[in-house]
Amino acid sequence: MSDFETAGASTAAVPVAGVAGDSVAHAQLKKVKKQKVLLMGKSGSGKSSMRSIIFSNYLARDTRRLGATIDIDLSHVKFLGNLTLNLWDCGGQEAFMENYLSQQRAHVFSNVGVLIYVFDIESRDVERDLATYVNIISALVQYSREAKVFVLIHKMDLIQPTTREETFERRAAVVRRKTAEAVGIMHKQKPEQLQPPPPVDIDLQLFATSIWDQSLYKAWASIIHDLVPNLSIIETQLTSLGIAIDADEILLFERTSFLVVSKWTSREGERNPYGDRFERMSNILKSWKHTCSKYTGTPRNAEQFSDFEYKMGATFSMFATKFTTNTYILVCMPPGEARFNSAKLNVAAARPWFKFLDGPVVPPAGQGQMFVGTPTTGYGGEAGVGLSEG
Amino acid sequence: MENRQRLQKKDGPKAPDPTVPQTKAKPRLLLMGQRRSGKSSISSVVFHKLPPSETLFLESTARIQKDSLNSFMEFQVWDFPGQIDIFDNPNFTFDMDAIFGEIGALIWVIDAQDDYLEAVARLNTTILHLQRGYPHINIEVFIHKVDGLSDDYRLDIQRDVTIRIQDELSDQGLENAPVNFHLTSIYNHSIFEAFSKVIQKLIPRLGQLEAMLTNLCRTCRFEKAYLFDVNTKIYIATDSTPEDMASYEICSDYVDVIIDFTEVYGSWPRSQQWRDRLEGEPWSQPLDDQVACEWAESGMVLAEARRPIMLREVDRFLALVAIMKEGSYEKMPQINMNVDVVVKGLTEFFEITKNKDVVAAPGPGEVASPPLAQG
Repeated sequence: MSDFETAGASTAAVPVAGVAGDSVAHAQLKKVKKQKVLLMGKSGSGKSSMRSIIFSNYLARDTRRLGATIDIDLSHVKFLGNLTLNLWDCGGQEAFMENYLSQQRAHVFSNVGVLIYVFDIESRDVERDLATYVNIISALVQYSREAKVFVLIHKMDLIQPTTREETFERRAAVVRRKTAEAVGIMHKQKPEQLQPPPPVDIDLQLFATSIWDQSLYKAWASIIHDLVPNLSIIETQLTSLGIAIDADEILLFERTSFLVVSKWTSREGERNPYGDRFERMSNILKSWKHTCSKYTGTPRNAEQFSDFEYKMGATFSMFATKFTTNTYILVCMPPGEARFNSAKLNVAAARPWFKFLDGPVVPPAGQGQMFVGTPTTGYGGEAGVGLSEG
Repeated sequence: MENRQRLQKKDGPKAPDPTVPQTKAKPRLLLMGQRRSGKSSISSVVFHKLPPSETLFLESTARIQKDSLNSFMEFQVWDFPGQIDIFDNPNFTFDMDAIFGEIGALIWVIDAQDDYLEAVARLNTTILHLQRGYPHINIEVFIHKVDGLSDDYRLDIQRDVTIRIQDELSDQGLENAPVNFHLTSIYNHSIFEAFSKVIQKLIPRLGQLEAMLTNLCRTCRFEKAYLFDVNTKIYIATDSTPEDMASYEICSDYVDVIIDFTEVYGSWPRSQQWRDRLEGEPWSQPLDDQVACEWAESGMVLAEARRPIMLREVDRFLALVAIMKEGSYEKMPQINMNVDVVVKGLTEFFEITKNKDVVAAPGPGEVASPPLAQG
């Protein structure tokens, strides 16, 4: 086993080490991130509902039970071992909103990593919603210029399916314009402060969402994607694993939310016409988890299944399994019994490579059990997943 | 959906269409009830996989909708518009023989969240008509839209409806009419379960199928086994242990999971290079020979008590799904062999019952007597 661990460490270090040397690589790997995430939008737009679905395994229909959020509901969501989301679910009633923008302005808007702003597509007073949004963006630009902004146009299920895309595009255009305006205003106010004009052009992404389908997972996977630490390392390792076991696609899920943390797709897999398959997988597995919890009577957040395999004749095979403490892995691959069995063994063998996902396992001085000795040279990965022909 | 709309256009105003071929072996399900009671929603959700939330956008049905359902058996599903009373229509006389002449079931949908007295009265006249002319038709009453009602209230309604119908029928001198009641909702599994019960009554030699499954459960130590129609998630047979909704739900959801995975990863053609590479060195074997089973097979281990669930495709339409006893995952290879044998038996069974002449089906023991290894 220790062989694998050393191999894992060296692989882990490679992508960063090439640039800045080992010590820096270790420091980066160890860093435990805390990210402040603001969840805002008008009262009743669905902020708490989506939060409950993604992080607390609520079913869409269970969210009817939720009441209005009063003031700010703070929660710390542990996402993977080494990323904690500081989720600020901000109650959207007007009195609260004014309060955030005045008395609590600095408190709420400083050090923000991500702002998620939710619009209700069915809202009656669009102008007013947008005015509030502009105020929020201004405050954000003032205190956290680096923050990313995700705008979710929510409750799309209430729009006739045929006109959904058009409705979304129209609303998205308005939101983009308003965002630019808000940023523009801040520019104009700034000059007398003798600071260099902020280089801001806000990093804005828009999504059409609904709690009733997978669109919610798509939006949240993008939000999460940028926050995951060591992403490039995860991606490199998934790639070498994928090539070694001859897979067509590998998805790495976070354990509780089943959001896709990282993925790898072979060239053949890229031909898959289902572009929405990642969020679809999240949705499928999450509702399956719910079914299991109902059947076994165990809590919603408990682990519900450990192993899954599916061989569809001579078309494809797939398996999903508990991978590290915080993740599940799903592998889709070509058919064939021998190929399938060796891939399963190799995925199990590759586990130690990904141990850092469960961090913070590594003590600050870099003497943790994961880094046995100093990783020297070479790409130890090949040894770890040498194909064991069944 | 498109299919439905097309049918609606094609049918034209003079329903029922007399050109529909009247083959003997096509049981017919007739959906009737007051308007807005949920008939079209039911048939869209069950037979067209429409998400329940989207039934909000369904328009009122103006003409009889005919769907045919291709599965292990061929079914016809006729959805009647609620505003037309086929027994008392001033404008048009319906050809009763064309509607009720086939063996089948009448599904009467009652909206439990609405005032149902009129619906019950109409149902009563319908039953009286049918009992006179077509006593072979099963009458199934779906007390529908019960989601959101408390359990007690549901049972109250069911009792009330049952009594109203039985009283009326016995006043008319009809005792023991074949009327069954189901509490249903499209937002959970109850509608599929109700359809399962309805359809099972129409399957010739159901007992034989059940015996095969019971035998399999005993040999392999399964807790419960279901034979599913994959497209509709209706189960057409189960073993003889007591029914429980929970195991049906998990098995049915498992079918869903498999369908979704199949759609995403199995429904598009792979390239020739991909195939060439996989069939070349070091395997040097066509892909078909590299797999153990040409049909879909799957297993999942639940974390709690390590109880496995298994699924095995029988043919294009049917799949066997079973919940296994804890810890039996290690015996999977042996179980797979037993399942193979049973699947072969099932295939033979459907070959035989497909012949229209039911009498020609073999007696008990002739189909399902393959030797099973003790698991």
